[in-house]
Amino acid sequence: MKTSLRRVVCAVLAVWIVGVASVPAAFAIDPVEMSDPVLQERYRALTHELRCMQCQNQSIADSPVGLAGDLRREVRELLSAGKTDDEVREYMRARYGDFILFRPRMVAQTLWLWLAPVLLMLLGLFAAWRVVQRRRALVTDDGFDDEGGDR
Amino acid sequence: MKYLIPAGVFALLVVVLAIGIQRAPSKNVIPSALIGKPAPTWSLPVIASNQSPTPASFDSERLRGRWFVFNVWGTWCPECKVEHPMLLEMARQKKLPLIGLDWKDDDAAARRWLESLGDPYDVVVADRDGRTAIDFGVYGAPETFLIDDRGVVVYKHVGAMNPDVWQREFLARLPTAAPSDGTQGQP
Repeated sequence: MKTSLRRVVCAVLAVWIVGVASVPAAFAIDPVEMSDPVLQERYRALTHELRCMQCQNQSIADSPVGLAGDLRREVRELLSAGKTDDEVREYMRARYGDFILFRPRMVAQTLWLWLAPVLLMLLGLFAAWRVVQRRRALVTDDGFDDEGGDR
Repeated sequence: MKYLIPAGVFALLVVVLAIGIQRAPSKNVIPSALIGKPAPTWSLPVIASNQSPTPASFDSERLRGRWFVFNVWGTWCPECKVEHPMLLEMARQKKLPLIGLDWKDDDAAARRWLESLGDPYDVVVADRDGRTAIDFGVYGAPETFLIDDRGVVVYKHVGAMNPDVWQREFLARLPTAAPSDGTQGQP
């Protein structure tokens, strides 16, 4: 029993780590640096979470197309004008809709986007738990202990 | 009995994927965030107009009080060339004023384009740095907006205009007392 449970936990952790570690590599599409390092860091972060509307699976930081360049310019100017990160996101959302945000807002329309992964995870854990329970029952019925793990 | 759960999951997956495939053609078109909201205002240099002399600049305020079509294009855009005959047809019908936004383009190239292919626009203004297009949430030319007499965005079409869209999504949305009394040429 212990072994199977441990395996389940290990599998879950492995999936988790792979997901977290696969952070997209940064491309050197955008040569512009803002003079203020604090602004530059915010600029870098913001442009990575805004979608390039023409290419759709890239952020505006990673895309060489003209519109992405224009949107980066807008972000720089808004930041220089003292806007907060949220104000920049809202500026983009007002024009291009929720679709431009790689990290969508939590509203009624996008609720399933946020809840689905948690629900699927719970479903998976429940299924795993069921399998473990069944195997444990099997082992006890046969009169074996669980030291051998899988037979 | 043993396969009930896997079969159920499979059936669910089939349903979800079937819905996804059915809706796929419309997925490329991202709905405009501006529908039902006031259209952005602008004041831009004029490339061409049917007024003489051609004014140096044109302000969107001058369109207030009438329905009009706002078409985003550029000479660098192949689909715009495909669309052009349809714009000429729309202009010929004189049902709505047609305003052109020449997006990140060369003024001289735009004038040559209009001379050689014909000019369907009442006014064409130049969005040289692309800011007005961003205000309109434009992500690819051509895009065509229908804007009402209060200056509210009623509809946006992405891609080349065609007779079906023109009839069903533009003309059909006009109030019955449509400004079909030859408003063309007024702005």
